[in-house]
Amino acid sequence: MIIKTKKVIPASEITDPSIFKARRQIIKASLAAMLSSGGIASVFANSTPPIWPNLPKSPVTNGTLTVTPAEIAKNHTNYYEFSFNKTDSTRLAQNLVTDPWSVEISGEVEKPGHYHLEDILAKQTLQEYVYRHRCVEAWSMVVPWVGFPLASLLARVNPLSTAQFVKFTAVYQPQTMPKQFANAMLEWPYVEGLRIDEAMHPLTLLAVGMYGEHLPKQNGAPLRLVVPWKYGFKSIKAIVKIELLKKAPMTTWTKFAPNDYGFYANVNPNVAHPRWSQYSERQLGSRFFTPRRKTELFNGYGNEVASLYSGMDLRHFF
Amino acid sequence: MIFRFNNLYSLTLGVCLLPLLWLLIDTAIDNLGPNPIQALHIRLGDWSLRFLWLTLFITPLQTFTKWRGMAEYRQMLGMYAFFYASLHVLAYLLVDHALAWSVIGIDIFESQYIWFGLLAFIIIFSLALTSPKYAKKRMGKNWKKLHRYIYLAAVAAIIHYYWQLKGNMAEPLFYLICLCLLLGFRVLVWFKNRQFTKMMIPSGQKLARFTEKQMMSEISLEQQANEANSHDESRNKQHF
Repeated sequence: MIIKTKKVIPASEITDPSIFKARRQIIKASLAAMLSSGGIASVFANSTPPIWPNLPKSPVTNGTLTVTPAEIAKNHTNYYEFSFNKTDSTRLAQNLVTDPWSVEISGEVEKPGHYHLEDILAKQTLQEYVYRHRCVEAWSMVVPWVGFPLASLLARVNPLSTAQFVKFTAVYQPQTMPKQFANAMLEWPYVEGLRIDEAMHPLTLLAVGMYGEHLPKQNGAPLRLVVPWKYGFKSIKAIVKIELLKKAPMTTWTKFAPNDYGFYANVNPNVAHPRWSQYSERQLGSRFFTPRRKTELFNGYGNEVASLYSGMDLRHFF
Repeated sequence: MIFRFNNLYSLTLGVCLLPLLWLLIDTAIDNLGPNPIQALHIRLGDWSLRFLWLTLFITPLQTFTKWRGMAEYRQMLGMYAFFYASLHVLAYLLVDHALAWSVIGIDIFESQYIWFGLLAFIIIFSLALTSPKYAKKRMGKNWKKLHRYIYLAAVAAIIHYYWQLKGNMAEPLFYLICLCLLLGFRVLVWFKNRQFTKMMIPSGQKLARFTEKQMMSEISLEQQANEANSHDESRNKQHF
């Protein structure tokens, strides 16, 4: 698939050759740091110096965005496995066991199997991606993710031509996740899905870090999806399974409330949630008496992704 | 509101301002969490709801405890519900939207949960407007009719609360149960009163039937009495 991008990369964003040449060392160093910081040490990840201080910025990154303060992004998460409260998840998520971590890739692929996270990362080049993040609850932030395109992982397992959809399953760990233990509200484990062309799009990421650090546990450590033109609930956290399917999977929120949360869940100011407007959003980190931001179609990534949905009635496929 | 020097009344008046003070302190020391604008806005709404529920609690409380003279407390709590609701609305318009009317217009138009909030606020606003004693005197019977709309405001408020949520229902469920108890009490009283009224003031055909029955029973009583008399007579005759 050819994806044309109209953006000219500013000189400031072109990777310094010295960094590029040292990329293997950077990855090795980061992996070593990741391995050594497992367990209890990662609880204090907030206080350690950045692991990826000068990561090359991805060409898809928009340099004009103002990044949300890290403390806000780290303490404002919808992680219903831990709590329905966005700040409580920070504390509760520290119990999550993320080491060791492996991802099962199965379904319509030539090379299914269980892959250790370290092995996956060893073959990927990490970059920084500064993306808008828009929640279905009408708040938003700008996060500098550290990760790699999902497409480059999928390329390694050779999807078959029959693969039409990708299903993601999050970890089931009821002994550390109180709401899973209580079987509360949603059906656990959390499941999300993408169409294959959405999954292969260069904007779609698997993230392992943010703000130059490992993903905090409350933000989806050790591996999460990031789909910047869709509402945040599509960007599933703590992924343990990726399945390539012939048919669309049933996803957690759609199953819970099919009229409220569709499979596509593209950010769209013209399609309101049945009970609230999606026309504007509260940018986190803004001061009192600041007007809300007007939400953009596809969260501002229309140039890149609108062609995926040409001819589709976005009101019907919400 | 006539101000009497009354320790308990003054104390209550002051205590009801504590949530606002607490909120102001949290705002000042930046303790409102990662989304302070929403936190401020929601906490004001929460307190408005709580005061509305407390207002509705006064009448049942009076009935159960047989305490008298709580009407002025009911008025005070109602005014506080209005006070916090007004701050809630102002926070929405000013703090969150900075009076960007085009965005506000679309937000209200597209958000069904706001419609119910708006309905609740319009009702509470008109109740607050007619709260003073002279308004009550001038309005006569209509005052009570108007102020019964507090029940509709309470129902609208709980819908407003429920419909902006994504799914977690623990806390709203608590408020819903409280409201059901508060409104259930009114239904019970209304039902009892209706039965009582039925017994006391029969009307129309029932009245006719009632009098007929009464007459019949009176006739039969008369007959019995006559029979008794005749027995007596016969007995008397025997004695004679």
